[in-house]
Amino acid sequence: MKIHEYQAKDILAKYGVAVPRGEMVTARDEAERVAKALFGSGAKAVVVKAQIHAGGRGKGGGVKVASGVDEAGLAAERMLGMRLVTHQTGPEGRIVSRVLIEEAMPIARELYLGIVLDRAAEKPVFMASAAGGMEIEEVAARDPNAILKQHVEPGLGLQPWQARRLAFGLGLRPEEVSGAVKFMAALYRAYDETDASLAEINPFITTTDGRLLALDAKINFDDNALFRHKELRDLRDISEEDPLEVEASKYGLNYIRLEGNIGCMVNGAGLAMATMDIIQYAGGRPANFLDVGGGASADQVAHAFEILLSDNSVRAIFINIFGGILRVDTLANGVVEAARKTNIQLPIVLRLEGTNVEKGREILQRSGLNFIVGLDMKDAAEKVVAAAERA
Amino acid sequence: MSILVDKSTKVIVQGLTGREGTFHAKACAEYGTRIEGGITPGKGGATHEGWPIFNTVEEGVRKTGANCALIFVPPPFAADAIMEAAAADLPLIVCITEGIPALDMVRASAFLRERGNSRLIGPNCPGIISPGKCKLGIMPARIHREGSVGIVSRSGTLTYEAVHQLTLRGIGQSTAIGIGGDPIIGTTFVDALKLFNHDPQTEAVVMIGEIGGNAEETAAEWVRANMRKPVVSFIAGQTAPPGRRMGHAGAIISGGHGTAAEKMKSLEAAGIRVVRTPAAIGEAVAAAMAGA
Repeated sequence: MKIHEYQAKDILAKYGVAVPRGEMVTARDEAERVAKALFGSGAKAVVVKAQIHAGGRGKGGGVKVASGVDEAGLAAERMLGMRLVTHQTGPEGRIVSRVLIEEAMPIARELYLGIVLDRAAEKPVFMASAAGGMEIEEVAARDPNAILKQHVEPGLGLQPWQARRLAFGLGLRPEEVSGAVKFMAALYRAYDETDASLAEINPFITTTDGRLLALDAKINFDDNALFRHKELRDLRDISEEDPLEVEASKYGLNYIRLEGNIGCMVNGAGLAMATMDIIQYAGGRPANFLDVGGGASADQVAHAFEILLSDNSVRAIFINIFGGILRVDTLANGVVEAARKTNIQLPIVLRLEGTNVEKGREILQRSGLNFIVGLDMKDAAEKVVAAAERA
Repeated sequence: MSILVDKSTKVIVQGLTGREGTFHAKACAEYGTRIEGGITPGKGGATHEGWPIFNTVEEGVRKTGANCALIFVPPPFAADAIMEAAAADLPLIVCITEGIPALDMVRASAFLRERGNSRLIGPNCPGIISPGKCKLGIMPARIHREGSVGIVSRSGTLTYEAVHQLTLRGIGQSTAIGIGGDPIIGTTFVDALKLFNHDPQTEAVVMIGEIGGNAEETAAEWVRANMRKPVVSFIAGQTAPPGRRMGHAGAIISGGHGTAAEKMKSLEAAGIRVVRTPAAIGEAVAAAMAGA
């Protein structure tokens, strides 16, 4: 699960990570109130930052510096409601509905700190780089040695000596190092205790007056651990997600919308990916990834149908089920029922394998609905691509 | 021979009294797997479907002589269940559970490494089957046939797909292992390939990977240097968009890495036959075994 920058900063602040003073607002008058308070308590300038779940906001006009209250209010007004397009949003961009008003900082150096899970090492890895402000993948591609790494022992947490190695490695001044060690320890605790999958501070800055702060912050959470973090679940902003994906998640369906026109319904994540692949191999384009799970019920199949049909670009549907536990006749009944209920007009190609496959095929043929039965996966893929082209 | 499981495997099921646990333990027992009992804390002393239930793994192992644990415990408690089985020094632990928090698995895998006496298969996997000998998991038994092809896969249903294609061609399987779709798993591709390489029953191996991580690349390196048997591979997710988790917690292209194209290139460079579609797995294995 992704959250906004201001939410990430709130969490980090609770763990003792220093962040600039600021507040999230949704209207111009609130922006002016916050800016006024900041200017009134010593800020030389404020920064207005669009809050969307994507990076690269500055280049798209989502970050503005203001030197007065009116200027800040105007920048916020212009930003709120705008469609912000960055290299991470895709061409459709995102509508900005929240902005963060924050005190501007006298930046001395821009550095990078980040924690992710190293799958091969089976441990979290704490990364630091002197090339702050750049995307870490870009730094890694240019010069992997520019990224310093410390693997964290799960039972121990980040040790002070590890943080010191990173801090000295970044070239921090000796008088900055003990503050940096505390900063990094707090960041690691935030990562560990919130079950984050990513905690990144980019840039991590030093200021001309000797402070260390998180100028930007990004935290993603492990979806599998959200059951034990109710307060984090409440941070979800569904306006940042595809409405169909939100709908699917309500029924425990794993759905991801893609660009093509062949709707897919599959059981199992691997088979669902492979189904997308074989559609492309047959010359078509999948409209989605959809895993209905190993024990899909007739009810889930019905919901899955509704979601596939809500995508207007879908021209044909491919149902590819390898019934392990699931009996094919039960599934066929579910499909027929769902197709009748949703009054589906699109061609449906089915490839079903598993227990009672003959019975299942019979149910489909007798239904009088527009079903095309594929003999195997390849045959079905070719048939659905042809059907989508005709439609 | 087969690998890891056979007729001598004696199993206790953690989470036996749950719905999933009961259903699949019965299916495994019907196949001939020796299910000796179950573990459900608080229900010790009871009998469930004819099996004795114990409060702790230690007690269950002591009283049944089990040498393997099969885990159906719900995700919040599954990493703990793995550690309890490891603490009882069971040589084999198979964890079916999907949805375990990644940092729980970080701790469990550290414990497994330190303890050093157990091999974990999974989590988030269908389990392992040596056709005709032992089924330990949720895979449909009837599609399998005893034979000489080893299968190792990160995906459950794609494993069934490969097995089914082989069986239709009259090609049997020595052992099929689902290693799981999570970012942190016990048995890896390399672990399984090593075992298949040494198993006299296995003549060829199917390796099914997917996007995310670099386990396939590591396996490719190992195959290039060590494998004496033909390997056929398919990688799922050639059309997956970057940055999105494709169902499995571990199936994500992040920072431009972990793509299917990268993996397929590494595997081909190691002399592995990489097929473009899952429908071609059976045919490619037949060709590999014929020495074509």
